Amino acid sequence: MDLAYGPKYEAFREEVRAFLTKHKDQAPRGLGAAGRPSPEACSWQQLLIQHGYAARTIPKDYGGYGAKPDILESRIIAEEFSSARVPSALQNQGISMLVPTLLELGTEEQKKKWVKPTLRGEVVWCQGYSEPGSGSDLASLQTKATEDGDDFVINGQKIWTSTAHEADMIFCLVRTEPDKPKHEGISYLIFSMKTPGIEVRPLTTMTGHAEFNEVFFTDVRVPKTQIVGQRGQGWLVANATLKYERGMLGDPAAMETRFQALVDLMREETVDGQRAIDNPIFRDRLIRLQAELAAMKFNGLRLLTSASRGEDPGLARLIVKLQSCELTHQISALAIDVMGEFGVLYDDSPYLRSHGSWQWGYMFQLGLIIGGGTAQIQKNIISERGLGMPREPKLAK
Amino acid sequence: MEFALSEEQRLLQDSVRRFLEQNAPLDKVRLAAGNTHTVQRSLWAGASELGIPGMLIPEDFGGMGLGFLDAAIVYEMIGRHVAPLPFLGTTVMAPLALMLAGSEAQQEKWLPKIAAGEIVAGVAITEKIGIREDAGVKALNGKLTGKSLFVIDWAEADFYIVADSDHGLHLVLPDAKGLSRRALNTIDKTRSVGELVFDRVAAEPLPRSSADAVARMIDAGRVMLAADTLGAGQMMLEKAVAYAGERKQFGRVIGSFQAVKHLCAEMAAALEPSRSLVWYAAHALDEVPGDARLMACHAKSHLSEVGRFVARTATEVHGGMGFTDLLGLHYWFKRIGLDRQLLGGPELVRLEAARLQGWAA
Repeated sequence: MDLAYGPKYEAFREEVRAFLTKHKDQAPRGLGAAGRPSPEACSWQQLLIQHGYAARTIPKDYGGYGAKPDILESRIIAEEFSSARVPSALQNQGISMLVPTLLELGTEEQKKKWVKPTLRGEVVWCQGYSEPGSGSDLASLQTKATEDGDDFVINGQKIWTSTAHEADMIFCLVRTEPDKPKHEGISYLIFSMKTPGIEVRPLTTMTGHAEFNEVFFTDVRVPKTQIVGQRGQGWLVANATLKYERGMLGDPAAMETRFQALVDLMREETVDGQRAIDNPIFRDRLIRLQAELAAMKFNGLRLLTSASRGEDPGLARLIVKLQSCELTHQISALAIDVMGEFGVLYDDSPYLRSHGSWQWGYMFQLGLIIGGGTAQIQKNIISERGLGMPREPKLAK
Repeated sequence: MEFALSEEQRLLQDSVRRFLEQNAPLDKVRLAAGNTHTVQRSLWAGASELGIPGMLIPEDFGGMGLGFLDAAIVYEMIGRHVAPLPFLGTTVMAPLALMLAGSEAQQEKWLPKIAAGEIVAGVAITEKIGIREDAGVKALNGKLTGKSLFVIDWAEADFYIVADSDHGLHLVLPDAKGLSRRALNTIDKTRSVGELVFDRVAAEPLPRSSADAVARMIDAGRVMLAADTLGAGQMMLEKAVAYAGERKQFGRVIGSFQAVKHLCAEMAAALEPSRSLVWYAAHALDEVPGDARLMACHAKSHLSEVGRFVARTATEVHGGMGFTDLLGLHYWFKRIGLDRQLLGGPELVRLEAARLQGWAA
């Protein structure tokens, strides 16, 4: 057990700090996590790539910085940007999911064409996976792509497509081989969202906002060359991508920020003149969450060590999505409870706290528990892959 | 940066695991449980060959001079095997009291004997956390009066470390005049706790006693109880998974039903981060003084909650068999039950965590 980073990494930390001191005034404010980055955000991203604080391990040929992967360096960058409260590298589905997939399975031409502008925030992507009839059982998807000359012609519908209304491009799973078993009949296509026949409709959720969209395809023609991987192998290509998506969730630093905001809230909110933090029942719930948060934080350090050694941490990794989403949700739930009636204020109501973000979060985070592999699917994964328990007998083909 | 057990620590844990697999199988545990308030001398002697009793004691006194993380991973193994060993008082809390507060003479007299596995040391400290009924020990002119409940490693102790109501620590011999002792029978028959009643009992003060020394004993004890629950809970999960893989109903092994599988997944999901928390809390006792007390509270309270969930859930997965004595699963259930209440149940410990952060008076 050695929680120090050592001289080599501390020197690296100093480099990052020097960069931040020198350049932090150039950083844009309010860098959106999704959607189209502003011109300021794009130039900040380019500066970060140039210095190796974004796209750090992507080869130079494809527009990255070309450093050797080193998880501790990445961690130090994240720590320093967070403590300086400076926006770090862009994060969107194109960067975190499509780029690694193309680098692993794309053609040379695809990599050359798409990776660089995606990294620079110039091309925005959306993900066309889920369908109304295919959620947890994603491989049952029905959006059809039929061959016609040099094109595929796509008909069908996708759902839960965040940023579709702003995206330039989509990476999309379609059924090209309807007669094959469900996992073997899927292909992975990339195409422009401006292609004729695509209609995007905002999907309003329980939060009252449209964080997602539905996307409808009617005779959308896509050249056959725009396939990633082989025809019929889209499921394998998608799984390469999903592996990167799971890595996106469960960031202990983000949970710690939420927890600290909850502590601040509990010091301010009063009932009968008593602060929430002085109420023994609320306080007990708070400390209980603090212990769970500590456990997840140290679990994160354990994962970091495993990753730096190239070991598979097994269960310690498989439980992260389930536990993190639940803990985040519990933090929001306590915030709402300590506010009482104020906790259900919404929109632009008088007395609204923190712009209604706790209540929005409580609802949106329920979406995170369901999305990206439901809690129940996570439990299947934990029990089958982590504990070696038998799989469900297969009924559907 | 390395958040992991070292190679030596893994070897230590493996050697303790192998020792207990061979020497403390369930039938031995059953026998020991029939004689709760006795020390399993042969098992303790075997543990001594591995250096367990003196693992925290400096080498100058015949111990191994290891740290709390080492002790925690050993107690995790002891919990895993519900082994009837006097570890918490004898190996951890009493030596710590002597090292922090004892005179040189006291250290020289007692530490080598503990390290050699020759003696057992009890610890009477419950009242520093919470006083039930009229318990509590007062020191007056070198004599102790009052009573202490739930004395750890009570049975056959060769001496007791006793905390008075004023942060004083004392060493009391079991045959001291005016001392009466009663066994307290808990659900957990693998560890002995008891009562000491003092009527002007002559006691030897530990001259460097302080509130800090008492608090550190409690911190260490809490981390160890968390580690014990971790080991016991992990074993219950493994037993549940194994049982669910054999037991058939409706023509299928019950482990293929999601209703059962998901219970196991929930146990694993609760236990894995708990392991990381126990490691850090023990490491903090060794190396991060500023974090040690809060993390000891978090480890104790969190593992109490996770332990209760795992103990009942693993029993449910075993169905009716889990409820019987036949499988002996209840030894783990009861071990976790005692761990939860000793040295402060989770609500009391969380209140302490709040106070440490200035969130409660």
